[in-house]
Amino acid sequence: MKRAKIKSIPYEEFKDNETYEELVEQLNAGGANVIVRKLDDLIDWGRSNSLWPLTFATSCCGIEFMAVCAARYDIARFGFEVTRNSPRQADVILVCGTITTKMAPVLRRLYDQMADPKYVVAIGGCSISGGPFTKSYHVLNGVDKIIPVDVYVPGCPPRPESFLYGMMQLQRIVKVENFFGTTNRKQKDPFKVTAEEKEETIYNQEEEA
Amino acid sequence: MSEELKATANNGTEAQKPAAPAAAAKPAAARPAVARPAAAPAKPAVNELKPKTVAAADLHAEMKRLHDEEGMDFLLNLTGEDWLEDGIGVVYQVENTENHKQACVKCVVSDRENPMIPSVCDLWDIANVYEREVYDYYGIIFTNHPDMRRLFMREDWVGYPFRKDNDPEKDNPFDPQHMTNEPLADVTYEYQLEQDGTVKKVEHQIFGEDDYVVNIGPQHPSTHGVLHFRVDLEGEMIRKVDPILGYIHRGVEKISESMTYPQTLALTDRLDYLGAMQNRHALCMCIEQAMGVEVSDRVQVIRTIMDELQRIDSHILFFGCLCQDLGATTAFLYAFRDREKILDIFEETCGGRLILNYNTIGGVMYDIHPNFQKRVKEFIKIMRKNIQEYHDIFTGNVIFQNRSKGVGVLTKEQVISFGCTGGTGRASGWHNDLRKIKPYAAYDRVQFNEIVRTEGDSFARYMIRLDEIKESLNIIEQLIDNIPEGNYQEKMKPIIKLPVGTFYSEVEGSRGRMGVFIESKGDKSPYRLHYRSTGLPLVAVMDTACKGNMLADLITIGGTVDYVVPDIDR
Repeated sequence: MKRAKIKSIPYEEFKDNETYEELVEQLNAGGANVIVRKLDDLIDWGRSNSLWPLTFATSCCGIEFMAVCAARYDIARFGFEVTRNSPRQADVILVCGTITTKMAPVLRRLYDQMADPKYVVAIGGCSISGGPFTKSYHVLNGVDKIIPVDVYVPGCPPRPESFLYGMMQLQRIVKVENFFGTTNRKQKDPFKVTAEEKEETIYNQEEEA
Repeated sequence: MSEELKATANNGTEAQKPAAPAAAAKPAAARPAVARPAAAPAKPAVNELKPKTVAAADLHAEMKRLHDEEGMDFLLNLTGEDWLEDGIGVVYQVENTENHKQACVKCVVSDRENPMIPSVCDLWDIANVYEREVYDYYGIIFTNHPDMRRLFMREDWVGYPFRKDNDPEKDNPFDPQHMTNEPLADVTYEYQLEQDGTVKKVEHQIFGEDDYVVNIGPQHPSTHGVLHFRVDLEGEMIRKVDPILGYIHRGVEKISESMTYPQTLALTDRLDYLGAMQNRHALCMCIEQAMGVEVSDRVQVIRTIMDELQRIDSHILFFGCLCQDLGATTAFLYAFRDREKILDIFEETCGGRLILNYNTIGGVMYDIHPNFQKRVKEFIKIMRKNIQEYHDIFTGNVIFQNRSKGVGVLTKEQVISFGCTGGTGRASGWHNDLRKIKPYAAYDRVQFNEIVRTEGDSFARYMIRLDEIKESLNIIEQLIDNIPEGNYQEKMKPIIKLPVGTFYSEVEGSRGRMGVFIESKGDKSPYRLHYRSTGLPLVAVMDTACKGNMLADLITIGGTVDYVVPDIDR
C-alpha cells in the first residue's frame, strides 16, 4: 500500500496510523494506472508542500496561528507561509476559534468560495465540539456540522507543535490522493444544498409566512 | 475538551474533597456554613454597590442631574437585569472623571411585555451601544434612542436570550442544512415618547438609497477577528461607519449563570485573550472582596507581576499586528520574537501559553517556578534593548508617520463620553489609569508614571503603548526581587457562595478598565454576571474617529484603538 513519506517524522512515530491507513485504502480503492500514479505523486508532492491557508481566525486560536507563522515556529519550513486573504486563492481553511450560529453561514460561504481541491482543519476545542462554550445558545457545536473536516487539532488553544503536527497529517492525506480522476474533479459535498432544495425551502418559508 | 477547563473542574473537585473529612471531624462547626444559604461576611464588602432606585419616569431627569450638576461625565457601566416577578431593569454606574466619585442608579419596570425606559444616550454617547446591548439581551425598549436595533444577535432572532424565562435554543433552532444569510436592514426605528405619555414609532434611515456602502468584514484580515463594518463612502472619504457585532458572541455571561463561581473563571481568559491574567484577576478580586477574603501579600505581588507581563505581551502583539496591517511584515516578526520570551515565562509557571488559568479565588493556581525571577530579569534586560529596535525599525518610518499623525483624532470630551479607557483614552489626555486612581493589588507600593499624551491621533495611541511597555518593565523590576513570603493560595470553603448583594470590581486591563459586575442571591452561582468590556467603547468610537478620513485610514485607526473582538461580543 502506498504510504506518504514525511521527512520530519518517520511513519511509525505518527499516532493513530490505523485511521490513516483506512483513509488511504479508501482513497486508493479504485487503483490507478502506473504512469498516472507517477504523475499523481509528482503533483501531490508539490501540492502538499505548498498548501496555502486562508487567513481566517475568530478568536484565541488565531493568535496561536500568528505565533506559528512567526519567527520561532516558522510555518514556512513546511511551505504553508503564504497566507491568503481571499478564499479564492486558498487551499486550506484553518478554522481557528469558536464558530457562532451567526458566523456559520459566513464560514460556509467562505468554504464554498474556495476552489477545489480544498481542505478543512478544525483547530482547537471550540471548532471541534464547541469547547468550553458547548452549552451556549449561540455557539455551533463543531464545524463538522456545516463543512467536512479533514484534520482535527485538539487543544485550547493547541500548542504550536500540535498545530504543526496537524498540518503534517494534512500533508500525509494530500500525498496519497489520486489527483487525476478524483481530486481535481468536483467531489460530492454532503453539506451542499442544491439550488432546487434551496428554492423549495424559500418557497416553504414564504408559504408559512 | 480543553486542558484548562479540566484544570478548573479539577480545582472544583479538589476543593470539594477536603470538605468531607473536615465535616466529619468537626460536624458542629462545618455544617452551618454549608447549610446557610448566604454566609454573611465578617465585615461589609468593599466593592458592594448600593444602587439608588429611580422610577422610569424620573430616570432621565435624575441622570441629567448627575451628569450636569455632579459632573458624572463618564458612564462606566450599564447592566440589564431580569428579576422575574420583581420586574426587569437596568443598573447604571457613572463616574466623575475629576474627583473619581461614583454613583449607581437602578431603574426597574414591572411590565414584561413592553418594558420601556428613557434613553440616556443624549448625555453619554456610549449609552447608545450599551442600551442596544440591553435591548438585545432583555428586550427593554429605550425611548428616544435613535437606533433601536439588536447589537449581537441576528436581526431575525426570536426572543431575548438573557431573560430568565426564555429558551433561546428552542426559539432559534439551528439547521445546518438550511442556513440563511444574515439579513441586514437599512432602516432602524426610534420609539419617541410624546408629551402625553404615548409612544410613537419613527423610522430612520441608516444608509440612504444613493449611499455607496462598502462592507469590510466579517472575514477581513485587518479587523482583528470577525468584525463587520459597513462603511458609507463619498469618493474615498468615510461618511459613516456602522459596526455590526456579534459574530463571536458566545453568551459567556449567560452560561456563567449556570456555573459555580470557580467554573466561571475558566471563561474569563477567553474573553480578551491578550488580557487573560487581568480578566481573571478582576473576577477573582470581585469574588474575594465580596466574600471578605484577604489574599496574602505574596499573591498580590505575583498577580501584579503577571498582570504587567500580560500587558507587555499585549502591547507587543499590538505593535506586531499594527505593523502587519500597515504592510511592515519584518516588524511583525521582531515583535513575535520578543513575545515568545514572555510566553516561555508564563508557560513555566502556569503551564499555558495563551490561556493561562492562573488566578484562582483566594490566590493563584501554583507557586511561581524557581526559575521565574531569573527569567524575568533576563527578559527585562532584553526588552529594554529591543524596544529601541522597534523605534528604529518602524516608528521613524516616513510612511507610517504620514499615515498616523493627525489621523483619527479624538478629543478628550469624546473619549470620556464614549468611555474609551486605556491607552486610547490616555492618548487624548484623559488620566484614566486605574492603577493610579484606585491602586489595587501591589500597585500602591511601586513607583511608575502614567503615560498620557494630548494629541489624540493614531500616532499618540501607538506611542502610548510602546511607552507603557517601559513603565511595565519598571514596575516588574521593582517587585521581582521583593516577592514576600506567604501562602500562594488561601484556604477557601469547599463551596463558594457570595453574600446577597451587587458587587463590582475592576482592574486596569491591557486596553482599558476591565470590570466585573456580579449580582448574587446567595447561591453558589451568580444570578447575573456582567463584564465591562474594554473593547465595546473602542468599537463604538470608530464612527466618530473615522468620519472624514480616508478608507485606508480605517485600518490604521482600528489598529491603534486596539480592540479584541471576543472581548467586545463576549
